[in-house]
Parts: sequence; C-alpha cells; structure tokens
Amino acid sequence: MLLAAVLAGCASVSSPDPRDPWEGMNRATFEFNDAVDRAVLKPVAEGYRFVLPEIVRTGIRNFFSNLQDPWIALNQLLQGKVERALDDASRFLWNSTFGLGGVLDVATDMRLPKHNEDFGQTLAVWGVDSGPYFVIPILGPSTVRDAAGIVVATQAYLPWQLPKWLDFNNRVTWQWSLTGLDLVQTRANLLDATNLLEEAALDRYAFIRDAYFQRRRNLIYDGNPPPLPASDDKPAAVPNDPQTDAGAPAIEAAQREGPPATAQPGEAAPPFRLVEPQVPADASDALSNDAHAVAPAP
Amino acid sequence: MNLFLGILIGALTALFAPAAPAEDVAPDVLVKTVTEEVIAIIKQDKDIQTGNTKKSITLVEEKVLPHFNFTRMTALAMGVNWRKATPEQQQLLVEQFRTLLVRTYSTALSAYRNQVIDFKPLRAPAADADVVVRSEVKQSGTEPVSIDYSLEKTSGGWKVYDVTVGGVSLVTTYRDAFASEVRNAGIEGLIKALAEKNRKLETKAG
Repeated sequence: MLLAAVLAGCASVSSPDPRDPWEGMNRATFEFNDAVDRAVLKPVAEGYRFVLPEIVRTGIRNFFSNLQDPWIALNQLLQGKVERALDDASRFLWNSTFGLGGVLDVATDMRLPKHNEDFGQTLAVWGVDSGPYFVIPILGPSTVRDAAGIVVATQAYLPWQLPKWLDFNNRVTWQWSLTGLDLVQTRANLLDATNLLEEAALDRYAFIRDAYFQRRRNLIYDGNPPPLPASDDKPAAVPNDPQTDAGAPAIEAAQREGPPATAQPGEAAPPFRLVEPQVPADASDALSNDAHAVAPAP
Repeated sequence: MNLFLGILIGALTALFAPAAPAEDVAPDVLVKTVTEEVIAIIKQDKDIQTGNTKKSITLVEEKVLPHFNFTRMTALAMGVNWRKATPEQQQLLVEQFRTLLVRTYSTALSAYRNQVIDFKPLRAPAADADVVVRSEVKQSGTEPVSIDYSLEKTSGGWKVYDVTVGGVSLVTTYRDAFASEVRNAGIEGLIKALAEKNRKLETKAG
C-alpha cells in the first residue's frame, strides 16, 4: 500500500530538482504528514489556540523556547561564536530565574535577543553539505544533514533529561506530556504560516521545499547570506510599468549580463561567473555579534 | 536685500530639500510610513483581525499596492520565460500574480497580533537606485523574523519588487514554481493554473 504510493509518486516526477532526487518518496511522506496533520495535529493546535488565552500561550512558548537556549549556546560555541554563546547562556540564566522558569522572556528586554541555531547549522558551518532534501515522517521538511542534526539534538532535548536527574516517580508521564505539549504549541505557532501557505502556493510541496532551502541558507549565515552565484539567472530584460519606464539603460545593462549561468547546453557560456564572496568576512561579522550593532536603540 | 536673500535661500531649500513631492520620499521612510499606517488601521479594525478578507484586500489595494511594481515582480518570477511570453500573456500573468499576492498579503495582515516591528538604518549609499530596506518583527520567546523589502527607484517614486521574509524571497520561491509549471504545461498552462488558484480562493472567501 505504502509502496504503491511511493511508486506512484516516482512516476509523477517529470522534472526533478537536483536537490531533491528522492522526490517520489518525499512527496509520499509529505502526503502522509499532511493527512496526519489534518486529522490530528492541526485540529488539536486550533483547539489549543481557541481555549487558552494569548498570555498563557506566550508563557508556554517562552518556557519551551528557554529549554532550547543551552543547546543553542553550545551550538554557537561549536561554530566558534563565543560572544553569542555567552549571550544565549545569559538568556537561559536570566529567564530561568527572573523569568520564572522561562515563562517570561526577560532576556529579550535586556537586549539579549533569541538566536536560532541547531546542530544541522553547526554541521553546515563545519562544511557538511546539505545532502538530498528529505521529508521526515511527522516532523516535515529537512535534508539528510539537518535530519542527522535532529537525531543528535534529541539527546539534548531537556524535557527528556531533567526528570532523570530529579528522579520523578512519574518520569515517563512527564516526559511524554511535555513532549506532546511542545509539539502542540509548536504547531499552534505555525497555524498562521500554514494557512498562508495554503493560499500562496501553486504546488505546496515544491513551495515548502524551495522555501526550506532558502530559509536554512539564511539561518546558516545568521541572516546575512552572501549573494547567490546563480543570481544572474534573472531575466535579461526587466521591463518597468509602462508609466514608470526607465527606458533604454536598463535593457542595455541587462544585455551586457549575457546569458544566465544556468544556460542550456549549446548556449554560449557566460562571460564571467560570480564568485561567492569570501566566507571569513561573514564569519567575523557573526563573531562580532552584529545583531547588537545593527539594531537601533529602541 | 535681506528679504531677497531670504527668498532666494527659501527657494533653493525648496528645490533641494527632499521634503515635498511624494516620489522624493526616501525608500526606508516610505516603507516605514506605509507599514505604520497599515498597522494603525489593523489595530483599530476588529473586522480585519477576525479575518474579513474583503476589508483587508481593500486595505492592501489602497495603501500597499501603489508602492509595488508588479510587472517587475512578475518578470523576475518568470525568469527567462518572461521573454518567451507574448505581450498579452505577460499582461495576463501580471494580473493573475497580482491578484494572488494581494490576497496572500491580506491574509498575512489579518494574522498580525501586536508584534513590534523595528526598522534598521539604510546601509546603501544615497545615490543607489536599488536598495534593500530591512525590518524585524519581534515576538517574545522567538528569534526576530526579518522582513526585507527590495526597492528600485522609478520616475514614479520608489517601488517594491521583492519581499524577503526570514531569508525566503517571494520572487525566488515563485520563480521555481513558475519554471516548473511552464516546463510541464507551457506559459498558457501557468496562466490557467494561476487563474484556477485565484478562482478557488475567491469561492472559498465566499
């Protein structure tokens, strides 16, 4: 039954994306995840959002977010970003104490903004390639590298660690209740985004996949990715609105660009190829914790 | 004499100061003003907050739409296929893409819940005709989400031609979608797919 679905998926793939060689299998998993989401996860998340007032939901979101900060700090260290690691460790200390166990995010108000790091990003910084796109059952879009990162991260998931030290009588109940609550609150946070996606996408699977690769690239470079070398596959002639036509110069400049880098075989090669700007510049930017420098004082 | 000098200085200031005409508004000021104006309206309007699609679409069409260059957006999203489309097809594509984006944007607006939006200082030199205005949406317990607007200078003022949310560019994401649709069903197929999508959303909104 499942095999049939996979084969059907394979058969329908007519124009493969080089990043997604397992598109048939991935689409089947995607359909499966979607069915589970529609039947269980989404209704529960909607109920959660309907029943609990916003202030309670924010508290719960902050609580789980706080539990991730030590792991985020460790990943900063592994990526050589010492200052950010200290910031994230401070976040955890302040929020766990003055933030009443993480329910209040007091650290953000102390100009220690939340960061987004995970082991998949650390592997990327170490030079590990993303590998093929890979949709994980239940968890959703990922790549082979990021999935490996998730496997490592499960060992650092605090709801599974804390009860062991405290030796609760009902340890397993606590572990699963917290994990379940975390899953529901995460899904609830994504409700607006997934509703939007439903409207925006022509092919939701491809839309999510393309957005995933862009998003991960942005996160790996901490929000300042170098321009893509393939950015010159923009159309040669970019017209303006008739009433705002800038005229000849734009077209002339566009013609100088030559054919796109992703030229079909047979077409002339582009006269030059954009090289990715050197990574060290970005890395040092990240090290100096530019978030503080760029953000205007409120 | 003093009076004459005063008038002269006044006239020169009026000539060179960027204050008066709308098209001379700096891109960062423009994006910030429009954003704040739209947010102020949403905050007062309970109908938009509870998802009144018609009302938020009107808001987007009146306040946001004039600052977008949809022809440029569509051309960028079409990539090399843009030149393969006839002028009539190009016009249809722009129309359908505009309808889809307006609706999506409207839905996004109704999801707004008191998040704080910070605008970052413009990094580009003043003479640039193509700039990125960066902003950040802040929410307790999550990392700030960046929203970057790419604008170009036209004779009608600064126009947005791409929006990048959390590193995901609208134009880039649609470029892949459009390319695969054109590969499978041609430009006519893409126009049909967009129209079909819009019709479905229209009936869903009732």
